[in-house]
Amino acid sequence: MTEFTRADSCVIACAEIYRGDGEILASPTVGSIPFIGARLARAPFEPDLMLTDGESMMVAGLMPVGIVANEKVIEGWLPYRLSFDQVVWPGRRHVVMGASQVSRYGDTNIASIGPWERPTAQLLGSRGAPGNTVNHATSYWVPNHSTRIFVDEVDFVSGLGPARAARLGGTLPEHNDIRHVVTNLCVIDFQSPECAARLRSIHPGVTVEEVIRKTGFPLVIPDDVGETRAPTDDELHLIRDVIDPTGTRLQEVSE
Amino acid sequence: MRREGPLSRSGNRISKERVADKRVTEDEIVSEMRDGMTIGIGGWGSRRKPMSVVRAILRSSVKDLTVVAWGGPDVGLLCAAGKVRKVVYAFVSLDTIALEPHFRAARQGGTIEAMELDEGMFYWGLYAAGLRLPFLPNRAGLGSDVMRVNPGIKTIRSPYPDDEELVAVPALNLDVAIVHMNRADRRGNGQFLGPDPYFDDLFLMAAKRRFLSCERIVATEDFLKEGTFHTLKINRMMVDGVVEAPNGAHFTACAPDYGRDETFQRRYARSASSPEAWTEFRSAYLEGDEAAYQKAVQA
Repeated sequence: MTEFTRADSCVIACAEIYRGDGEILASPTVGSIPFIGARLARAPFEPDLMLTDGESMMVAGLMPVGIVANEKVIEGWLPYRLSFDQVVWPGRRHVVMGASQVSRYGDTNIASIGPWERPTAQLLGSRGAPGNTVNHATSYWVPNHSTRIFVDEVDFVSGLGPARAARLGGTLPEHNDIRHVVTNLCVIDFQSPECAARLRSIHPGVTVEEVIRKTGFPLVIPDDVGETRAPTDDELHLIRDVIDPTGTRLQEVSE
Repeated sequence: MRREGPLSRSGNRISKERVADKRVTEDEIVSEMRDGMTIGIGGWGSRRKPMSVVRAILRSSVKDLTVVAWGGPDVGLLCAAGKVRKVVYAFVSLDTIALEPHFRAARQGGTIEAMELDEGMFYWGLYAAGLRLPFLPNRAGLGSDVMRVNPGIKTIRSPYPDDEELVAVPALNLDVAIVHMNRADRRGNGQFLGPDPYFDDLFLMAAKRRFLSCERIVATEDFLKEGTFHTLKINRMMVDGVVEAPNGAHFTACAPDYGRDETFQRRYARSASSPEAWTEFRSAYLEGDEAAYQKAVQA
């Protein structure tokens, strides 16, 4: 087995979120590692995924980080408005968003910290998070797992968690589809009886104790927590030599 | 504003004498704005913003505006200059600088009101206004705190057997809309040449008075020299006035004419660090007219 880094494990976890998704738009919106993961997922196991260049073009092929315009193979046009009409509202998307706060039951906040009326820290605003989380698959990327981010309650619910969707009922449980929270330490999901955050896997080199210490609420810890799977040699080659040869992933997550 | 009679054609050439000429100046656009009006601003984040018109607002006495925008430095500048009573937004960002520092200062200082929406709600609200509908139904917003902080936004039940509860996204009716295009003709037809038209047509359709600025005014028959007919998304029925504003979107991106001036954007962002920094930025760039601004940023 070839040696690999924590960042490589994060890339694998960010690729694995798409397994089984088929012909939908993989939509990483934040950071570098989710983009690399989506591009990697399309190579070995989800060849039908669609990807944009981060702006308005849907691009075929491996699309390495930093690809220049005239090397892109454009297979479609997806300006902002069409992304609502053709992708978000029809449910044909799996987004990866950032989160400044993630609650025990999967509510998330990218909008503001403190009271909304006069926040102590105004962040981005809700963006498309309310709509995303009642329309299509949603995962999150948290490159700095800490008790500041994983909190009992979020200050502003911009993204709905599965427990809230279940409680509100109607069509929300059907359309709310929160998959994974990938962090620099582990992968969390909400596959537990009350839709509470559950430790799905820890990245190689991380201990369960470290995850518990850096999470601000009690995680559901199954008896058989495994490690995030190792990249294959083919995947490592694609990550290092083809998709991210300049190593942007290593600036986002170091050991 | 000059209006010179109805459209006529002589052969395939459009008569230069008899068609409506909607050319105006930025100051003439702003002269139509009154205190307390709701102003929609096109573009997206720090991309293709009608900044020369925003700068004309900064120079004017108009105040207490409600600003509706996919927020970028347009929102930040207007907040910093004390022109804003309320911002209607789903986000405010400078793209390469994630958080808009002047907007943050205004929110954290409690100096503005806010109406925060989901992006899809924002889109739907503009669309409803353009279609002259009171609302459009959507799932976006359900169960989120966007509904908590907008108690005036109601839900509605489907009248069909599904009985689904949906958000009745209210129309975002505008008094004035301003957008920036790559090209336009003097009659008000507009052309975008970049990768994304954003929602500029919807801003125009949602407004009572509709204005566009452009990098260059061209002859109508020259539109297709630079882009296909698909780029002609704004037609003159949607526009009351047009102003030629070369580099008018500066410092935001205006592909393919120019990219974002990242150096200047960083200077702008630093101007939020203290009242003195803002005063310095303002006196360096914003106290003269548009020609003085363009000269100052070239220096």
